[in-house]
Amino acid sequence: MKRAAVFCGPALVLLAALVVYPIGYTIVRSLFGGDGESFVGLANYQEIFTSPETLTALRNNAVWVVLAPSLVTIAGLFFAVLTDRIRWASAVKVVIFLPMAISFLAAGVTWRMVYEADPDRGIANAAIVTVHDAFADRPPYPGARLRSTEDTAGRFAVVGVPAPADGVQATEGGSGVVWLDFAPGGGGRPGVIDPGEKGLPGVRVEAVRDGKVVAETTTGPDGRYTLPAGDHTIRLPDSNFAQPFNGVDWLGPSVVTPAIIGAYVWIWAGFAMVLISAGLAGIPRETLEAARIDGASEWQVLRRVTIPQLRPVLVVVWVTMVINVLKVFDLVLVLAPEAVQADANVVALQMWRVSFGGARDLGLGSALGVLLFLLVLPAMLFNLRRLRREG
Amino acid sequence: MKRALVVLVGLLWLTPAAGLLVSSLRPARAVNSSGWWTFGELTFDGYAKLLSDDRMLGALWNTVLITVPSTVLVVVLGAMAAYAFAWGRFPGRDWLFLVVVALIVVPVQVALIPDAELLGNLGLFGSIPGVVLFHVAFGLPFAIFLLRNFFVAIPRELLEAARIDGGSDGTIFRKVILPLGWPAIASLAIFQFLWVWNDLLVALVFASPDSAPITYAIREQTRSFSSNIDVIAPGAFLSMLVPLAVFFAFQRYFVQGLMAGSVK
Repeated sequence: MKRAAVFCGPALVLLAALVVYPIGYTIVRSLFGGDGESFVGLANYQEIFTSPETLTALRNNAVWVVLAPSLVTIAGLFFAVLTDRIRWASAVKVVIFLPMAISFLAAGVTWRMVYEADPDRGIANAAIVTVHDAFADRPPYPGARLRSTEDTAGRFAVVGVPAPADGVQATEGGSGVVWLDFAPGGGGRPGVIDPGEKGLPGVRVEAVRDGKVVAETTTGPDGRYTLPAGDHTIRLPDSNFAQPFNGVDWLGPSVVTPAIIGAYVWIWAGFAMVLISAGLAGIPRETLEAARIDGASEWQVLRRVTIPQLRPVLVVVWVTMVINVLKVFDLVLVLAPEAVQADANVVALQMWRVSFGGARDLGLGSALGVLLFLLVLPAMLFNLRRLRREG
Repeated sequence: MKRALVVLVGLLWLTPAAGLLVSSLRPARAVNSSGWWTFGELTFDGYAKLLSDDRMLGALWNTVLITVPSTVLVVVLGAMAAYAFAWGRFPGRDWLFLVVVALIVVPVQVALIPDAELLGNLGLFGSIPGVVLFHVAFGLPFAIFLLRNFFVAIPRELLEAARIDGGSDGTIFRKVILPLGWPAIASLAIFQFLWVWNDLLVALVFASPDSAPITYAIREQTRSFSSNIDVIAPGAFLSMLVPLAVFFAFQRYFVQGLMAGSVK
């Protein structure tokens, strides 16, 4: 071809002006203060490694790099092996791959709802609480307390809870009674079962002798319970009034970063799966069959035969994810509520915040941009070496 | 057992998105008081409210105005440059190509501040052309890399034959390279389209409220999440429809593009 310059000229001019030149500019700019007038040397970098805000961002980025690429690769490997050689599984593969097509913003909104702390609204906590309560009884009257800790002839006056919706009048009898010592409309006397005061059904009652529970029962609709007579004391275990388990505060300051990484794995697992599936298709089947015939278990085949042969593609997936993870921005911005954004901070987000989000400290912003650039340099070298080898 | 697990995983992966869809069809007060899996009353009110909001509609239109030119420009400029890198002979060609490949992973953060100033000097900061220019510049390295690798595999005889027939570079590019390179060009176009359509960061920096795309507009609403949920959920779902349609229509090219190696 004759006029190569005409063909690659426009692209190279744009790249030079908007990508290459800015890299140099940003490096120089990072040595100046916020206003751009005063030369400050490495002070901006010093600030990155001393100010608590950026240190949190750095620590979170480290958590991201350690967790996210490995989890994505493992999930992708798992799905690739799981769906391998099942023809109809391609429909499931499409479903797993689907989140790749949507924006981090849409994914962020989606997961903000998944992670809603109230188990009545967020499905993550709804699921956890359901499983938890299948193994442990839910406290029937959270937050309630006894009017007096002294048990007077098996009668327990409880206050501090709303009346049961379909409650019935408490009655004396049996071994004793547990009732809500509150008469609607007023006029109730403490410790006395007044008309209109409801029994509390479903309260666990224990008979204790020498510190051991010898019998237990639960109260009926009118609050009455019956325990065999004997030489014991009767008590209501604290578990009746404990706060119920309400799941995890996903978007609270302590677990917000792992929670966001969970959403990230949802988005990217499909990418890893597709690449690893392709790698899997390239493995000679005989090697797997030979191992099986030699009596290897499926787990051994996976660990000793499949994974070693997939190594190159696993490395590519992992490196690609590291590059992506270092740049993570939108997902944190949208998924972390404003109040915990400082706790969920990452370098890319902090760069935007200090440069464009009010403070406009372009010196510090430039230094953070350069830091990100330096962090992806090893990945850049990896790509170049791969290119050289292939070609 | 394995099959059951496959189905289970599929359902698990579908659940979050299903939650968004159902929530977008529930009245705000229902979303804020009960889980989407209880369904209850379903309504299109959220979508109606969204589509009667001029700002949201304008933002959706801005997304189109940003995404289409960005995609076309990256494909055209990228294909031209890739042709030159694949078949041209000029000093420093291989070295320049290495630089282009190196640029694939450069984070946009390292260019945001100077490019904001540069576009400001050109009077393009806060305008749609400014946003487009930035997207094009950062889309080009991957475009050139992907297309060059594809173009280089086109048989030399085809190009020679076209040249002997008196074809100029332009004719060869249009009559030989573009038709034969179609699969790679389609992959690239889809990727570029999705990246730009789904972008938030570049829009936050380079767009103004007037030129803001839908991601920007929804993000403004998410700052008070529960009170705006009646707009956020339908908005997020609407913004997903176009990428999902593109994905389903061109799934094959999408996967091919991924296979082509390095992704930003």
